[in-house]
Amino acid sequence: MNRETLTSAALVLLLLGIPLAAMATGHNFYVTLASRMAILALAAVGLNIALGLGGLVSFGHAAFFGIGGYAAGVLAWHAMMLQPFPLGLPGTKLMPVIWLVAMLAAGIVAAFIGAISIRTSGVYFIMITLAFAQMIYYFAISFPSYGGEDGLSISLRNAFPGVNTLDPFTFFLICYLLLLAGLFLFFRLRDSRFGAALQAARQNETRLAAVGVSPFGIRLAAFVISAMVTALAGALYADLNRFVAPSMLSWHMSGELIVLIILGGTGRLAGPVAGAIVFVLFEHWLGGITERWQLYLGLVLLGVVLFARGGVVGLLAGKARHG
Amino acid sequence: MQTALLIEQLLNGLQFGVMLFLMAAGLTLVFGVMGLINLAHGSLYMVGAFACAAVAAATGSFWLGLIASLAAAAAAGAIVEMTVIRRLYERDHLDQVLATFALILIFSEGMRWLFGSFPLYLNIPSLLSGSVPLPGGSQYPLYRLAIIGVGVAVAVFLWLLISRTRLGMRIRAGEADREMIGALGVDIRSLYTIIFALGAALAGLAGALVGALQSVQVGMGEPVLILAFVVIVIGGIGSIKGALIGAVLVGVVDTMGRFLLPRAMELVLDASRANTVGAAIASMLIYVLMALILAVRPRGLFVANA
Repeated sequence: MNRETLTSAALVLLLLGIPLAAMATGHNFYVTLASRMAILALAAVGLNIALGLGGLVSFGHAAFFGIGGYAAGVLAWHAMMLQPFPLGLPGTKLMPVIWLVAMLAAGIVAAFIGAISIRTSGVYFIMITLAFAQMIYYFAISFPSYGGEDGLSISLRNAFPGVNTLDPFTFFLICYLLLLAGLFLFFRLRDSRFGAALQAARQNETRLAAVGVSPFGIRLAAFVISAMVTALAGALYADLNRFVAPSMLSWHMSGELIVLIILGGTGRLAGPVAGAIVFVLFEHWLGGITERWQLYLGLVLLGVVLFARGGVVGLLAGKARHG
Repeated sequence: MQTALLIEQLLNGLQFGVMLFLMAAGLTLVFGVMGLINLAHGSLYMVGAFACAAVAAATGSFWLGLIASLAAAAAAGAIVEMTVIRRLYERDHLDQVLATFALILIFSEGMRWLFGSFPLYLNIPSLLSGSVPLPGGSQYPLYRLAIIGVGVAVAVFLWLLISRTRLGMRIRAGEADREMIGALGVDIRSLYTIIFALGAALAGLAGALVGALQSVQVGMGEPVLILAFVVIVIGGIGSIKGALIGAVLVGVVDTMGRFLLPRAMELVLDASRANTVGAAIASMLIYVLMALILAVRPRGLFVANA
C-alpha cells in the first residue's frame, strides 16, 4: 500500500468513526453532521470527475445538486398530496426511485448544458456553467408551483425499503454507502481507458486528438456522469434537511463544492472526503464561536490557494504522481 | 399609453444596460490585460455603494459620496491587487476563481461588520430628482436619464483613454504581449495595479449610482456580477466594445422580456398563468440569449486578441 491509498483509507474510516464516536459519547448531533459531511463529499466526488480528472472547471454544479434536491422534494410532494403528475404518473416516497429520477433529470440537463459549454474552454467554460446554473436558479425562484422562493419542505423523510430512515445513524449509513459507491466509481473511472483519455484531454488536447480521440465526446460523458453523481448527493441533502430551496441551486453552493475539492486536494480520490470533513467541522465550530465565520473561512481559503497548494490530501500523502 | 410605457421600459433597459457596462468594462479590461477572472468585482461595486451612502449620510452631499465611492473602490482595488491578486496572474483559472471567491466572503463579512446587516438608503440628489416628459404623455425620472448619460460618458472616456493616451497604448500593448512590454522597460506591476484600480473605480461608481435606486446592502454586488459575466461572455472577453454592446443587449432584452413576455403569454393562456409562466421564462431569457450567441460564436460577438 502506498501513502495515497493509506491516506484515502484513513480518511474514509475517519468519516465512519465520527458518528460511532459521537454515539458512544452521547453527542448524537454529530451523527447528522457526519451525514452532511458524507453528502457534501459525494457531491464533490461528482464534481471531481469533471474538475479533477477532466479539468472542466464547472462553476455551475449547484444546478445538478439542486435538481437532485428538487427531484426528491417534488416527488415526495406529489406523493404526499396524492396528486399525480401529468400523464397520471404518481409521486413517490421511495428513495431508490427518487435517486434514479434525480440522476436521470440531472443527466439530461447536463447533456444539454455540456453540449453548449464544452465547445468553449477556460474562462468561458467557467462563466457559462455559472450562467446556466443561475438560469435554473432564477427559474426555481420565479416558478411558484413548488414553493418558489420559499422552497418546499418534505414533511417526512423519504423511505428506503427494509430500513428506518428516520434513525439518524441509519440515514448516515445510507449516505456513507453511496459515498463509497461514488468513490469506487471515481477510482474505476480514473484508471480506465476512458479515464486515461479524459486526463489526457486535460493535459494535452492536441496530442489526444493526434492519437485519434476526439476530446468533445469524452468531456461531455464525464460532465454528464459528474452531474449525475452530484444530483444523487442533492437528493440525499434534501432528505437530510427535509427541505429543498433555491439556495441549493445558488452560485454560493457551486463555489462551496469547488472549495471542498481544493481544500481536500484537486483530482485526488479522497480529496472531497477530506475537504468535506474539514469544511463542515470548520463551519460548525467557528459558526458556534463567531457570527463572522465566513470571514475566517475566506482567510483560510485564501491561505490554502496562495500557500498550501495540494490541499489536505496533498499535505498527508505528498504530491500527486502526475498532474 | 402603451407606446409611452414601451418607451419607458426601453429607457429602463438602456439604463440597466449602461450600469452593467460600468461593471463589465472593468472585468473585461482586467481579463484582457492580466488574464485574470475576478469574482470579487461585485464586492468592489458594494464597497462603492457603501462608501457613497456613508459619506452622503455624514456630509449630506450625494456628490461628495460619489467621489468617495470612486476613491474607496479604487483604493480597495489597489490594495487587493497588491496583496492578493498580484500572486494569481501566473496561476490557472481555478485558483483565481477560488481566491477571489474567498475575497467575496471576506469583503461581505467585513462590510457587515462595519455597517451591520440592515440596508442603508441613499437619496437621489435634489438636482436630479425631477422628471422629464416623454412623448405619449408620461414622465421619466431625470436620475435614470443621468445614469444613461454617465454610462455614455464613461464609454467615451474609456475609448479616448485606450486609443489616445500613453496609458492606453500600454494597456493595448499589455493585451498583445505582456512579456515584451516588460522587456521594453514599462513598469508592468504598477500598470496592472492602475488597470485594476481603474476597473474597481468604475464598479464602485456603478454601485453608488444604483445605490440611490435600490437599497445599499451586503451581497448587492453578486447578482450584478453574474450579469456582468454574461455580458462579457456575450461581447467577447477582453473587448470593451463587446462589453458595451453586450451590456445594452442584456439590459434591454432582460427588461423588455419581463415587460412583454407576460403580456404575450396572455394571448395563449389565462391571465394568472400567463403572468407566472411569462415571468419564469423572462427570468431565463438572457441566459437563453447567451446560449444562442455562444452556439453560433463560441468566443462571443467581438473576439479580442484574435
